[in-house]
Amino acid sequence: MSKTRYERPVIKKLETGMPNKFGTKTEYEPLTHIDGVAVNDLIGKYGSPLFVISEKTIRSTIKKAKKAFETRYPKVQFAWSYKTNYLNAVCSIFHQEGSWAEVVSGFEYDKAINLGVDGRKIIFNGPDKSEQDLTKAITNDSLIHIDHLDELYSITELAEKLNKRPRVAIRVNMDTGVYPMWDRFGFNYENGQAWDAINKIMHSEKMELVGLHCHIGTFMLSPFAYGIAAAKLADLALALEQKFKHEIKYIDLGGGFASKNTLKGSFLPGNDTNPTFDDFAEVISTALINSNFKKDKLPLLILETGRALVDEAGFLLGSVISNKRSSTGRRNTILDVGVNILFTSFWYDHKITPAQSFTHYSEDTCLYGPLCMNIDVIRESTTLPLLNKGEHVVIHNVGAYNMTQWMQFITLRPNVVLIDMDEKPHLIRSKESLENMNSMEKVPNHLERFDK
Amino acid sequence: MKLRKNVAVSEAGLLFNPVNGESYSLNPIGVEILNLIREDKSPEQIIKVILEKYSTDKATFEKDYFDFIGILEHHNLLESHEETNA
Repeated sequence: MSKTRYERPVIKKLETGMPNKFGTKTEYEPLTHIDGVAVNDLIGKYGSPLFVISEKTIRSTIKKAKKAFETRYPKVQFAWSYKTNYLNAVCSIFHQEGSWAEVVSGFEYDKAINLGVDGRKIIFNGPDKSEQDLTKAITNDSLIHIDHLDELYSITELAEKLNKRPRVAIRVNMDTGVYPMWDRFGFNYENGQAWDAINKIMHSEKMELVGLHCHIGTFMLSPFAYGIAAAKLADLALALEQKFKHEIKYIDLGGGFASKNTLKGSFLPGNDTNPTFDDFAEVISTALINSNFKKDKLPLLILETGRALVDEAGFLLGSVISNKRSSTGRRNTILDVGVNILFTSFWYDHKITPAQSFTHYSEDTCLYGPLCMNIDVIRESTTLPLLNKGEHVVIHNVGAYNMTQWMQFITLRPNVVLIDMDEKPHLIRSKESLENMNSMEKVPNHLERFDK
Repeated sequence: MKLRKNVAVSEAGLLFNPVNGESYSLNPIGVEILNLIREDKSPEQIIKVILEKYSTDKATFEKDYFDFIGILEHHNLLESHEETNA
């Protein structure tokens, strides 16, 4: 006779008082399969923890974003933000979907070139571009977005030296009514720095000013700030045209669109409240179309959004190491997923669901990672069903930044699997090994021996 | 170890402690264990009964059982040793 499924005994005090008027769910459906592949099978084959990326979700999300903009504005180009997730397979999906590459370092630039991206379709952003990086970008006719005057002077010198006319844009920072205002990158709009840079570029004639760029913030919860940014860049472009009889080819509004994650301290879940692609597209397109650009002279609109395009495609599978009680009787559950691989747990309350069926009994739980560090907390408080040791959980919306900002700290970084359009899993990044780590180290001869 | 005499437990898993007016909810296995405690079963007997019925191992259940007992004590639902011996 088969035995009854075990669930640990639990007693929960019934709290009286005002109910939550929003009626937040205290239980979720289990997520047993991702794109048709069983979580148990994935962990069985590739181990735990495990990052899983859904190709289907990436493709449907970029299609949704493109549709939102292309149905409202005639010329739109997406550029994939490498720093958000620069796994080669992920970048390749975006390039197949027509995205250019947006890179912010020599390393990312080389990654894009190695993948086969046409140099003319690489946007090179960021404050740190070495002479070597700039030489490569100029030679490949990439779009260089100038961040500061030192870079502007370096490009001027290199243009002379290489006898080339680099295609450049300037990054403009501005007040769009959001706090904090990002003014550390680029040239300020309000105080005249942007005009100073434009004047220098236009008078030198060493470079071709092809665009204006801004990136007003990250995880933006108000689309209206983008309307202000688009209007200010449009004004700048039109004034530039009037002064120098020079038309810029594009306006690049950067990224920063919020994904569906829930920021810590938010009252309502991000899935219900964060703006959609349509919300952002409506505000941006309206601002550009309402500007004084002639109908047939609208510039290309470039978007470098990363987080909102890939967050939902990423899942992190983990397993329960142990259940404990705190000194106050609170349930503590230790997972094999630490903050070193889930960097975003510092600012999001990630949705976490069990990967197997469960009853409706639940406990308020604090989820810890496996690191012997007090900061290793995945969720300070969440209501979860009764998880047993060895059972699996799925952490949602982890596709952005975790696979680039992760750290090899205490534990090794895990495998990453991509589930393709035919629901077939592929290993796209192997887990680290001790050999990998040791191969980068050298022990001086005098330290090789010690008493054993 | 005994459950306090005046503590009421329904079949559906609702527990009421008239001493302080607090109510609690239990899952079915929790109710089962409370009933076994009421029947004066020893921890060893309770572990045996549960292992025969549920798909778990001794180490897992033993840990969960004593954790559960600890929470019952925390909520003052068990008679203290002094009360039991009096």
